[in-house]
Amino acid sequence: MFARLLYESFRRQKRRKLLAGIAITLGVAVATAMIAVATDIGDKISRELRSYGANLLVTPQEDSLDVEIGGLNLKPPSDGAFLSEADLPKIKGMFWRNNIVGFSPMLPATAALGESGSGTTAPLLGTYFAHDITFGKESFTTGVRTTHPWWKVQGKWPSDDSQDVLLGDRLAAKLNKHAGDSIALAGKSHRISGTLSTGAGEDDEIVAPIALAQQIIAKPGAVRRVYVSALTKPEDALARRDPKTMNPELFDRWYCSPYVQSIAYQLQETIPHSHAEQIRQVAQNEGTVLSRIKGLMLLVTLAALFASALAVSAAMATAIFERRREVGLMKALGAGNLGVAALFFAESAVLAILGGVAGYAIGITLARQIGRSIFAADISIQPVLFPVILAIAIIVTFAGSAAAIRKAVQFDPVFALRGDA
Amino acid sequence: MSAPTSPANSATPDVSARRASAPHASMFLRMLLRAAVLRRGRAASALLAMVVAAAVATAMMNLYVDVQAKLRTEFRSYGANIVIAGKDGTSLPPEALAHVDQTLAGKGLSVPFAYVVARTHNGQSVVVAGTDFARVQNLNHWWSVTAWPSAPAQALVGTRALNNVSPDGKPFELTFQGSKLDLTPVGTVQTGAAEDGRVYISLPEFKSWTNLEPSTIEVAVNGSPTEVNAALQTLSQTLPTADVRPVRQIVEGEARALGKTRATLYAAAVLIILTAALCVLATLTGWVFDRRKDFAIMKALGASETLVSGFFAAEAAALGAVGAIVGFALGIGLAVWIGRANFHAPVVPRFSVLPWVMLGSIAVALLSALLPMSLLRRVEPAIILKGE
Repeated sequence: MFARLLYESFRRQKRRKLLAGIAITLGVAVATAMIAVATDIGDKISRELRSYGANLLVTPQEDSLDVEIGGLNLKPPSDGAFLSEADLPKIKGMFWRNNIVGFSPMLPATAALGESGSGTTAPLLGTYFAHDITFGKESFTTGVRTTHPWWKVQGKWPSDDSQDVLLGDRLAAKLNKHAGDSIALAGKSHRISGTLSTGAGEDDEIVAPIALAQQIIAKPGAVRRVYVSALTKPEDALARRDPKTMNPELFDRWYCSPYVQSIAYQLQETIPHSHAEQIRQVAQNEGTVLSRIKGLMLLVTLAALFASALAVSAAMATAIFERRREVGLMKALGAGNLGVAALFFAESAVLAILGGVAGYAIGITLARQIGRSIFAADISIQPVLFPVILAIAIIVTFAGSAAAIRKAVQFDPVFALRGDA
Repeated sequence: MSAPTSPANSATPDVSARRASAPHASMFLRMLLRAAVLRRGRAASALLAMVVAAAVATAMMNLYVDVQAKLRTEFRSYGANIVIAGKDGTSLPPEALAHVDQTLAGKGLSVPFAYVVARTHNGQSVVVAGTDFARVQNLNHWWSVTAWPSAPAQALVGTRALNNVSPDGKPFELTFQGSKLDLTPVGTVQTGAAEDGRVYISLPEFKSWTNLEPSTIEVAVNGSPTEVNAALQTLSQTLPTADVRPVRQIVEGEARALGKTRATLYAAAVLIILTAALCVLATLTGWVFDRRKDFAIMKALGASETLVSGFFAAEAAALGAVGAIVGFALGIGLAVWIGRANFHAPVVPRFSVLPWVMLGSIAVALLSALLPMSLLRRVEPAIILKGE
């Protein structure tokens, strides 16, 4: 009998049920989309913040002091210690390899301009542009195009295994060279594949594949420093602690968290005779900005949840309010308060589950759409979200119906049937 | 339209006198008021839906407009977005900093830097920078400094430079073009970048030691990209001998992260406002539909279609207006709270949002009143009154 009442109620009151169902579906859809976006936004924004460039710098441990003003290094290029280029692919073998967005080795040199190899000189910077690296079975493309996204090239990026170079745009203007011209460096002619604009010191330099710089200073395989761009977790109290003072358990936790400090530590382990340090300007601010944006989305999500909860409650209250007469009839026929309430709660539960499932499906589609159109990447949706959303839908629907059900049940059947409802 | 539909005004003796003195407008008003008072529960739930929708819409619009400014302040902690340098490494004119400060007029920060390469006692080269420590402290929050110099002859030494100039932390001597300077290291600076290999001293001391003026001014301009560009233009006009450049790394990084955040917030705002509007529509439609008996009685008593529609429309508009005002107040509160909780600065209430919220609320309310009306119009009043 109970099941039949329930079934008939849905069959005969399609319009009302549909309205309540739509309200629940919409509320759940927005809640799902907002929760999915909010839980994933940290990861997405942290990738966007990588456009500020590398957050870690690896230098030789025994390096002599840099004499650098305004991005120009005045130290003789062959002076000091070097890292070995052959060690770099190991970066993709370390524990947090998947958090390494990219890295670029740098080797400054001084190139003599002109055919004879004498006369004026210009600073030259050897680096990777988009270099293919294989480590084990994995292949990986890295270079300044990933780690320094603000570098703009007019013309073409040179290929890493070519002898082509980029000319900083101010140097190009000074030498009156354009993309496609050729330039003589240390007596050899090189094609200028493009001019580079960075808004910093590189505008006055020649930027070349690293092999060319190694050739000029006659140090094959040498790298002066490596810029590493890594996805990190905002710093907390544990991150700032000195790993030497930790007990093994704490150390494991520290090591297995993607803090900028622990990634620096792992880089030092991976690359022999190196010193890795966070670039504080990028690394420190990233945490602040990230936590602000995450906090904002969390609060907006709370507001959205609150709004959809109230909307669902209002819809449920309305749906039950309309059915006082039915309650009167049921009670006149001998139904107890409990039976009437049970019927209404069962109806609510069915509505909540149907609306919840439909809303969840719409919500994840919405979240994916947002992810794709804004971040050009899929929002990852945690499977645990589904039961959570369904539970929220049922709780909110019940909470919204409870007051209205109580009122409806307490109503005197005589008045209800007389039509004074 | 003279018949009493409300049971309240039944047997008052002077009712005809009152009726005579009161024009039809007051009847209309009374019906509106009575409808709200007598069916408090239903009216309240419709109003609640309206208020919540308006509040959420207000909060989202306020946040959307204000969050940019809030986030820009956060992004300013990345430091300078404009660098002014003397052409080819020459010094800037002595009055350059004053000009920059005048141009900024409080809407940004500027820090002068002067650099030379000096020699340590054992003949090593080290970059010595002269700067204004108070300004650096304000602009470059990421500098990890153990202690800032406060007295003359004190130096802030980069962590990497420390090993070269004063490994034991004792006073050291630097030479530049024959003139010597004795310094005491009071603190170290660590940034992970070029600063770690330098020695920082105060600008007046630097000037008297080297006779050089600053060669670089780092400027952090607050505001939108247009404002930053305008500042850039003004600065290059006021300082024609200098090279004024945007720090592309900072400017472009900010534009990207901010753009994505705004877009996400926009999507969230549209979603939330749309849901709220649809739910109001559903609730109100149900409410109006529920009152088909009132509608039928009015029609049976001879009210014209226009009058009945007008009555329901007026009721909906009143509900929308009240809901919008209450919701606006609540929404401002919500936005201020979010601003305080997240950015530690309240979101400034934008009253320019109010007309939009008001317009939207009334439009949704009217729509939800007139939608069921068009359905009911086709039904004979007798059928409704019979209860089918």
